[in-house]
Amino acid sequence: MNKTENNKAWLLVLPVVLLVAFSAIIPLMTVVNYSVQDIFGPGEAYWVGTEWFEQTLRSQDLHGAFIRQLIFSGTILLIQIPLGIAIALAMPARGWTASLALVLVALPLLIPWNVVGTIWQIFARGDIGLGGWFVNDVLGVPFNYTANSLDAWITVVIMDVWHWTPLVVLLCYAGLRAIPDAFYQAASIDGAGRLSVFRYIQLPKMRGVLLIAVLLRFMDSFMIYTEPFVVTGGGPGNATTFLSQQLVKMALGQFDLGPAAAFSIIYFLFILLASFVFYNVMIRVGRGGDA
Amino acid sequence: MKKRHVGLIIYFGFLLLPIYWLLTMSLKTNVEITGSLTLWPERLTFANYVTILTDPAWYSGYINSFIYVAMNTAISLSVALPAAYAFSRYKFIGDKHLFFWLLTNRMAPPAVFVLPFFQLYQTVGLFDTHIAVALAHCLFNVPLAVWILEGFMSGVPKEIDETAYIDGYSFPRFFAQIFMPLIKAGIGVTAFFCFMFSWVELLLARTLTSVEAKPIAATMTRTVSAAGMDWGTLAAAGVLTIVPGALVIYFVRNYMAKGFALGRV
Repeated sequence: MNKTENNKAWLLVLPVVLLVAFSAIIPLMTVVNYSVQDIFGPGEAYWVGTEWFEQTLRSQDLHGAFIRQLIFSGTILLIQIPLGIAIALAMPARGWTASLALVLVALPLLIPWNVVGTIWQIFARGDIGLGGWFVNDVLGVPFNYTANSLDAWITVVIMDVWHWTPLVVLLCYAGLRAIPDAFYQAASIDGAGRLSVFRYIQLPKMRGVLLIAVLLRFMDSFMIYTEPFVVTGGGPGNATTFLSQQLVKMALGQFDLGPAAAFSIIYFLFILLASFVFYNVMIRVGRGGDA
Repeated sequence: MKKRHVGLIIYFGFLLLPIYWLLTMSLKTNVEITGSLTLWPERLTFANYVTILTDPAWYSGYINSFIYVAMNTAISLSVALPAAYAFSRYKFIGDKHLFFWLLTNRMAPPAVFVLPFFQLYQTVGLFDTHIAVALAHCLFNVPLAVWILEGFMSGVPKEIDETAYIDGYSFPRFFAQIFMPLIKAGIGVTAFFCFMFSWVELLLARTLTSVEAKPIAATMTRTVSAAGMDWGTLAAAGVLTIVPGALVIYFVRNYMAKGFALGRV
């Protein structure tokens, strides 16, 4: 669309700018303030420069949390994106079954995150949970997510797949429905098989929504906090402690304001950098291949 | 039966089993839950639900959650509508940077904001009020609302605006009487998303409240007591938090897919 040049449009965005500034810029400035000072109490603050940042960048705990975070985000992306595409392709296109399938798929997205945690906390338990009982007693594989770190990882990953694959499904489903029937008719005239329809029609048409899906899933998995907190509490040991959990532990648990603030800034800048890259890629792809 | 149907049924089984388990558990007594594993309640009881619906400490959690979610949806929509219109129709200095800056807030980890929010709202005297949580949730809901609405608005041809202005409509009148009805679906979908993200968030809501505005999600930690876990009540509280979500999904089911694609399909 051709946009008119008009700087009065600033007046229309002003409320948003003021509101977001109140809830984003002021808190961020506080964080910056903490990150360069050592604060003992009101009025007792000492300038420490970059000390907290150096400490943070060298901290073993944080390296561990960062690596676990990367592994976690990578794993769930590798599972959720292909699974989401497959489910979206298999879902009925119209009629009451389509509506029912949509409502059911979307259900996990509307459940408060701590309740998602509670559901899996219960479901995966060996004594009172159906899932844990099935693996332990029917399959005969010992499974205990509170004691074994591999089991804790499996639980957290399955939980995230359960919780967020629906988002990928809905995005892909929307992309698929936007393909005109004429495309499929042309393909069948050409005698194209199921696979080439997917490869040359459906996949290119889903490129835009898939990019949004990868972007959202990457970002959101990178800030996951509530669900693992409820299920494993970050344990056993530190096995499922991801970045947000480590940060909350430092900020509210130990009240280490300085290091926590320095950590916050590094964390935020990393996400900012990643989203800047993603955003530019998205704009470029959106311009080039949306047709 | 085709292969893809089998796959779909397995997926839906995986999707619904944990929810089914929560539901049956909420209808069992604690003795039955911890005693033996039963696939459906042997002695059906609604005692867990009665506890929640009669105890003010429990049901006030639901009321608090609803109040701040409603406030947040109203605030987000009313500031995002004009802004989204500006982004979809006009070029202005710094528009691209501003849009990106808004998006970065959607991508900021809430954990980063926990401590400063806590202190900010305590300083301005809003701690433990519904409006504090509503404003805090604007951090991620306003950018999202602008993003989705902009997508829907860009689908409306600009000629409509121009014709209306030529016909002598002022901007507010045009916006309220002609433009908003055209993007009804978009507004509904945006409201749905604001509801959703405010409803499911816990970390900020829990940090900014203590007694007066405590959300249901935080109330649920009450079930851990010296006498052990009260699993039945916990499960019942969980089931009750799913109900509102299931209801709103039903209303937006036909637009939902498009909304998740952020209005850009």
